[in-house]
Amino acid sequence: MTNRHIKAIVAGVSQGGIVALETLLPQLSKTFDKPIIIVQHRAASSDTFLSEHLNSLSLIQVEEAEEKQPIKSGTVYLAPAGYHLLIEQDMTFSLSCDERVNFTRPSVDVLFESAADCYTHQLLGIILTGYNSDGAKGLQRIKQAGGLALVQDPEDAEVPDMPLAAIKITPVDAILTLDQLAQYLNRLS
Amino acid sequence: MDARSIAEIEINVLLEAIRLRYDYDFSNYARASLKRRIQNLLLKEKLEMPYQLIPRILYEEEIFNRFLAEMSVTVTELFRDPASFHALAEHVFPRLESYAYFKIWHAGCATGEEVYSLAILLEEAGLLDKARIYATDYNKQSLKTAEHGIFPAADIKQYHHAYKKAGGKKQLAHYYTHQYDAIKFKDSLKKNITFAYHNLVKDGIFGEMHLILCRNVMIYFDRELQNHTFTLFNNSLARKGFLSLGSKETLAYSVIDAEFETCCKSNRIFRKLN
Repeated sequence: MTNRHIKAIVAGVSQGGIVALETLLPQLSKTFDKPIIIVQHRAASSDTFLSEHLNSLSLIQVEEAEEKQPIKSGTVYLAPAGYHLLIEQDMTFSLSCDERVNFTRPSVDVLFESAADCYTHQLLGIILTGYNSDGAKGLQRIKQAGGLALVQDPEDAEVPDMPLAAIKITPVDAILTLDQLAQYLNRLS
Repeated sequence: MDARSIAEIEINVLLEAIRLRYDYDFSNYARASLKRRIQNLLLKEKLEMPYQLIPRILYEEEIFNRFLAEMSVTVTELFRDPASFHALAEHVFPRLESYAYFKIWHAGCATGEEVYSLAILLEEAGLLDKARIYATDYNKQSLKTAEHGIFPAADIKQYHHAYKKAGGKKQLAHYYTHQYDAIKFKDSLKKNITFAYHNLVKDGIFGEMHLILCRNVMIYFDRELQNHTFTLFNNSLARKGFLSLGSKETLAYSVIDAEFETCCKSNRIFRKLN
C-alpha cells in the first residue's frame, strides 16, 4: 500500500472520541505536514473548549474550522458543534445547518463525501470509536474515489460500532490501534 | 478533461437552465452544500445524474418547486442559539428603547420560529408595540408556515429550555395554545410582523432598519454573494443600526467590515458606525 501521494486526512469519531483524540493527536510529530479534518460528534451547544484542550496537548496546531477558511497543511481542524463541515473545490471549508444525517450534525458522512469529491485519490479517511454507523458510507466513497481507508481496531476502540460498520461495507486498507495509527500518520510526511 | 470538471459543467448548466427559466440564480451558492441538495432531489425523483433534471425542471414547474423546497430546507427552531437572543436583549434592546418606534428586518426567516422568538422577547421587554418587524424569505411555502404561526410540538421541551436560556421571564406556554401535536402562537405576537417575499440574490434594500437579523444564511453563499448581501444590509441599516449574524458567521474579511464595530463578538452582533 503506497501512501506518499496523500494530501489530506479526514477522520470521524463519536463516543469515546475525546480520549481517542487525546491519545492520537499528541503523538503526531511537530513536522507533520498534512491537514487533518475531524468530525467529533458532540452536543450542538458545545463551545471551542475541545479544540483548545487538544491544541494544548499537541505539537501541531488544533483549531475549529471556520467557514471560507483555506485549509492549511500541518493543522488539525475540528468541525464546529451543530454544523456540518464540508470542503469546497478550492480547498476551503464551508458549513451548513441542513438537517441531521445519521441523526447527527456534524455528520462524518457529509464531511467524507465532500472531501472525496475534492481530494479524490489523495485522501485518507479514518473511522475511530463510536456508536452508530456514521462515516461508513463516507469511507466507502473515499475508497471508490481511489483514496485510502483506515479503521481503528474494534478491540482497541472504546465503542466498536462505528469501526465495525465501516469494515462491514468497505474493504479497508488497514485496521490499526491508536498507537499504530499515530505511527502510520507520522510516516506520511 | 477529468470527470470532476465535467460534473462541474453539468451543475453549471442545470443552474443556468433554472436561472433562464425561473429567474432564480443559485450560481453563487457554496457548491458543496448545493451539490448535496441536488443529490437529495435526485434520490427523491429516482434520477441518477444532475443533467436528467434539466428537461424536467424546464417543462415541469412542480419539479422546480421541489428543487426550491430542497434548496431552502433550513433547520430552524424556537430560540435557536439562545445565547444570541440573550445578547440581543442585553446589548441591542436598550438602544432600541430610545426610539419612538423602530424597524427590524429578519432576512431569510424560513418558517419563522426565530421571528416569534424575537417577538416574545420584545414583548417581555415592553418593546413589541414600538416594533415593526419585516420577516422575509425567498420560499413562499416557508413564508406561509411562518405566517400561520403553527409549529410541531415534538421538541417543545427543548424549546422551553431554550426560552429560559435566552432570558425568557415567564413561561413559554403563556404565548401559545397547544392542540394535539402542534402549538399555535397567539396572534398578538404577530400584529407588528409583516411576512414578505424577498430574494437576497436579486431584490433591493429595505430602508432605514435599526436591526437586521440574518442567521445561518451567509454560510450557504460564496464570498461574492456574501459581499453583495452585506452591502445590501449596510445600505438598509440606519446609522448606528445593528446586524445579528449566525454563530459561525462574521463580517471579518467582508467589504463592509470597516464600516462596523463589533458589539458582541461571541454572539456575532455588529453595529454600523455612521
